[in-house]
Amino acid sequence: MKICVCVKHVPDSAANIAIKEKNQFDESITFIMNPYDEHAVEAAVRVKKQVGDAEVIAVSVGKEDAVKTLRSALSMGADRAILIKTNIRPDSVITSKALKGAIEQDGKPDIIFTGKESIDNEGLQTMYRLAAALDMSAASNVMAFSLEQERVLVECEMEAGARGVMDMPLPCVIGTSKALNKPSYPTLPDIMRAKKKEVKIIDLENLVFEKPMSRVEILELKPAIEKRSPKELKGRPEDVVTQLIHILCEEGKVL
Amino acid sequence: MEKIGILIEIKEGELKKTNFGVITAARDDSHEIYAFLLDGCGVEFKSQLAYYGVQKIIDISSTDGPLVWNPVSWSMAIIHAMDHFGINTLLGLTSFLGKELLPRIAAYLDAPLVMDCTGVHLTQHTVNKSQFSGKTIATLNVSGGSYIYGIRPNAFEEKPAPCEAEIIPFQTEPENGDLIVKEIKQGASSGIDLSEADIVISGGRGMKNSENFRLLFECADVMGAAVGASRVAVDAKWVPYSMQVGQTGVTVSPKVYIACGISGSVQHFAGMKTSGLIVAVNTDPEANITKNCDYYIVSDLFEIIPILTKQIKEIIGEDHLTGAK
Repeated sequence: MKICVCVKHVPDSAANIAIKEKNQFDESITFIMNPYDEHAVEAAVRVKKQVGDAEVIAVSVGKEDAVKTLRSALSMGADRAILIKTNIRPDSVITSKALKGAIEQDGKPDIIFTGKESIDNEGLQTMYRLAAALDMSAASNVMAFSLEQERVLVECEMEAGARGVMDMPLPCVIGTSKALNKPSYPTLPDIMRAKKKEVKIIDLENLVFEKPMSRVEILELKPAIEKRSPKELKGRPEDVVTQLIHILCEEGKVL
Repeated sequence: MEKIGILIEIKEGELKKTNFGVITAARDDSHEIYAFLLDGCGVEFKSQLAYYGVQKIIDISSTDGPLVWNPVSWSMAIIHAMDHFGINTLLGLTSFLGKELLPRIAAYLDAPLVMDCTGVHLTQHTVNKSQFSGKTIATLNVSGGSYIYGIRPNAFEEKPAPCEAEIIPFQTEPENGDLIVKEIKQGASSGIDLSEADIVISGGRGMKNSENFRLLFECADVMGAAVGASRVAVDAKWVPYSMQVGQTGVTVSPKVYIACGISGSVQHFAGMKTSGLIVAVNTDPEANITKNCDYYIVSDLFEIIPILTKQIKEIIGEDHLTGAK
C-alpha cells in the first residue's frame, strides 16, 4: 500500500510576523510543521503499522527550508519525502495542482493524509482541491479513522460536538483534526535515521501540472491592530458583577 | 443585474441568525440575491429572508423529496442550481456546513475560494481575512470563472432591506459520489453553537477540573451563551476538544467574550480577538489577558461567576414578572 502525507512548512504560531514590501513578511523566523499535519503523519504511520507492507511518502510545496519539515515527517516514521521547491508563496490552487503533479509522477497512492487546515493562510481548502484533482473521495475534520479491506470509515467533527460517520472506498483524501491521535514525538535515534532517508527535490518550474484557472493573490498585509484599552472593574464582588451586567447590556448589547 | 447566491443554513428548524449578516454583505443595488435552501423549507422562511433583501428563494429538493444530508450530494445540488440560474458568485458562512460544502464546490468548479472573510467587495473581487493566527489582516484579490466566499459568522452586522421574494422550487438527482453518510452521532453539548454564539464564556487553567465547568454551563444557560475553553483545559481532558477556542480550535467572534481563569496566550487570542467586548476574570492582575481586553476583574472566578449567574437570574425573573402584569 502506498500512503502519501502532505505537510506544510509554516511560521511558528508564537513568531512575530513583520510585514515588508506591502504583501510580504520577514521569513527569517522559526518555521515548523503545520500542527494539524503532525496528526496526518501520525495517522499515515499508524496505517503503515496496521497493514505491514506499506510505504509512507511525505510531500510538501515550499521553499528549500521546507526540507526541515519533511525531515520531521521522516523522523516521525515516513519512509521518504518529496519537496516541490518554489520561491513564491503559492495559493491553494497552485499547491493542489503541484501536489497532484508530483504525486501522480511518483505513482498514485491509496490514501492521502493532510491536516484539515494550515495555520498560516488558513485557507481550509487544499485537501478538497487535491481530492477533486485526483478524482478521489474526501473527508475532512476527521477525528476517528479505520481501514478495513478496501474501505475507510471515518468520524468527522460536526456542529456542537456532533459527529458524522462516513464510509468511502480507497483511494481517498483524509483531512486530520487534532482529535484524531496524539503524535508520538521522535527519539534521537529516529532523528538520526531520518537524516539518511531520501528527500527528492523537484523544482516547481520543471514539474508538469495543469494550468491553474483561478488565483488568490495577496495585495496587502497589515498587522491586526490591537486597540483595546483595558479597564479594571473594582469593588465588592456583588458590585463588580452589577457593573459587569450593566456593561454587557449597554456596550455589549446582549442579555 | 449580477446574481449572487447565498447558501442559507438552518438549525433545529430555525434560520440561523448569522445568515442575515451574509445576506447583508452580499447586497448591493446592482445585485439580485438568490438564497439556496437545501432543507425543503423555503416557504416557511420566505418572509424572514425577504425582510433582509432576498429576491429569489431556491428551494432545492430531490425528485424523491428532501435532499438527505450528504456533503457530496449537497455540494452537487448547489453546483447544479448555480449553473441552472446562471449564478457565478456564492457566499456562505464559515461554519461547519460552509467548511464542508464551500471548498467542495470551489474544488469542483476550479473556482477561487476565500474562507473566513471579514470583508468582501464583490464587484472588485477583493476580500479581507485574517491570517497567521489573527496576527495580520490580508487584502486578497481573487480571479477565476466563478467566485466562492465563506464569511466569518458575526463579521457583518445584519441590516434589514425588505423586498418581495419569490420561491422557485428546484429539483436535482442526489449525487453522492462514493461517499456514504452512515450515521450522525449527536454531541453532548447543548443548543448554541460556539462559533456563532452572541456570548461565549470560556474557562482555562483556573477552572482546575472538569466538574468546575458546571459553573460556566449554569451561567451560560441563563445568559444564552456558549461555553468554550482554552487549550490547557482541553489537553487536561476537563472538556472535549470541540470546545477549544484558539488557533488549533474554534475561531469565535461573539459580541461578548468572557474569559475565566485564562491567561491569554497568543494562540488563544488567535481564536477570539475579533470579539466585540472581551471581559477577563483572573486572579492574576499581570496575566496577559488583562492587557488586551476591554474590562477585567482581578478576582476569583469561583466567587464572581456564581454571583453573575444569580444576578442575571434575578433580572430575568423581574422581566418575567413585568411581562405577567
